[in-house]
Amino acid sequence: MAEPTVTGAYAALVRSRVAAQASYRSSFAIDVAAQVLLAVVEFAEVYVVFHQVHSLGGFSFAEVTLMFALATTAFGLADGAVGHVDQLPHYVRTGQLDVFLLRPLSALGQLVSSDFALRRLGRVATSLVILVLALVAVDVDWSPERAALLLVTPLAGAVIFSSVFVAASAVAFWLVEGTEFANALTYGGSYLSSFPFTVFGSAIRRFFTFAVPAAFVAYLPALALLGRPDPLGMPGWLSWAGPVAACLSVAVSAVTWRTGLRRYVGAGS
Amino acid sequence: MPLIAVRPAAVLAGSGFRRWSAYRQAAIAGIFVNTVFGVIKLSILLGVADSAGGRVGGYDEVGLSTYAWMSQALIAVVVLFSWTELADRVRTGDIAVDLARPVDLQLAWLAADIGRAAWALLSRGVVPILFGAAAFGFRVPRDPTAWLLLPVAVTLAVAVSFACRFLVNLSAFWIIEVRGPVTFYVLVSGLLGGHLIPVQLFPEWMQVLAYATPFPSMVQSPIDLVTGQAAGSEALLLVTVQLGWAVLLLGLGRLVLRRATRRLVVQGG
Repeated sequence: MAEPTVTGAYAALVRSRVAAQASYRSSFAIDVAAQVLLAVVEFAEVYVVFHQVHSLGGFSFAEVTLMFALATTAFGLADGAVGHVDQLPHYVRTGQLDVFLLRPLSALGQLVSSDFALRRLGRVATSLVILVLALVAVDVDWSPERAALLLVTPLAGAVIFSSVFVAASAVAFWLVEGTEFANALTYGGSYLSSFPFTVFGSAIRRFFTFAVPAAFVAYLPALALLGRPDPLGMPGWLSWAGPVAACLSVAVSAVTWRTGLRRYVGAGS
Repeated sequence: MPLIAVRPAAVLAGSGFRRWSAYRQAAIAGIFVNTVFGVIKLSILLGVADSAGGRVGGYDEVGLSTYAWMSQALIAVVVLFSWTELADRVRTGDIAVDLARPVDLQLAWLAADIGRAAWALLSRGVVPILFGAAAFGFRVPRDPTAWLLLPVAVTLAVAVSFACRFLVNLSAFWIIEVRGPVTFYVLVSGLLGGHLIPVQLFPEWMQVLAYATPFPSMVQSPIDLVTGQAAGSEALLLVTVQLGWAVLLLGLGRLVLRRATRRLVVQGG
């Protein structure tokens, strides 16, 4: 018999979560439908805006739809993979985190794999449909570099949002009741990155470009796909820097998580 | 015999207020998040007004700011996020204890919810409005009818929201996992109630759809009194519609509760 491995342990955990979700078929179907509706409702805001005006912050309906689709695809992937970390306070309060710490696997790995939310695929699939429609509607001068950018962008965006999820949720190590602080960065970052950055004030723009790199998820790569210079004057190469921003985000969130976990002393339960 | 005496109702409302006021850290986190989302939402709306030449859907810039901060202030007051407290008690069987109490179950929960809403208004409601007023401007209504009707409209908004949440939660008597129905409710009520974007900006078909539901009575109606979108007799009409929905939905909730308790079997004891 083969030695048990770490990868094998995670594979078993994820398999058990998938099996659990698949065993309540009608509940799962309703959950997937709710995720589809979530993407539709979010898109309704873009639709209503462009019912009133023909451009927003200097961008057309199709161009903003492209940004929206890139952002929601990335966020849907991140939310499905690691979104469960925002339940950290619950695990701290109930003492479940202590159980995780006793096992020979990383606490973060166990926390994330304890709810691998397949239902989020409903949202990702809907976002991908919107993405294809937006790409048909906008005028992209296709080249191998742009095709590669289109493929890499949702993945880099998913890594950025996943890092934000982990770093922001680690706040719970300091403030157990402060989960909602994390929402400002995760859901707030997702909301904001669905729209052109030209509508936001400079303080918010800087924060969501350099502190939380939400601009790299949709707005900046969309500029490169559309072949447009940034009306705000950011250098063009930043549009291609999504993967770099993603790597930096992973590093920052890993440090934040470890610092938080090291100061964790239990909830006394 | 009255359904619920005034004294128990007042005690329940008071305990609802005190219970929620114990979570100070959570309230501060909530205020921060609602404020961040308010800035993002208002930036998008101001971008729309800018493209439309300064005014959109009868709102000028200060009107949009007033809308944005009122809608953020109401989030916690009328509970625009998922609420499953009652459904959880049905699932665990604790509902049997509630049913055994010598007070009307629905009205007891309503009283506690109004106490909760009062705390939410004083904490999470007031601060975003003050911040928004200082940073972006806020229009205080000059119409005396608006001032007179506003407390009634906010209370009725809470009652309508409670009645809806009560009904959605009662589905737990028939199905085990209520996450799907609750998510549907949160998404549809948020959009059609005018929380994401004012109902006045909707295309006509969406406005007709929205006003066929109780959701604008939860969000848009109290906001319309403040922004002046509804004044004088129109304001009175809005509040009458709210009252109609509250009576209708609370009545429906009682009917469904009676049917649900007839099929309730609690094990053990």
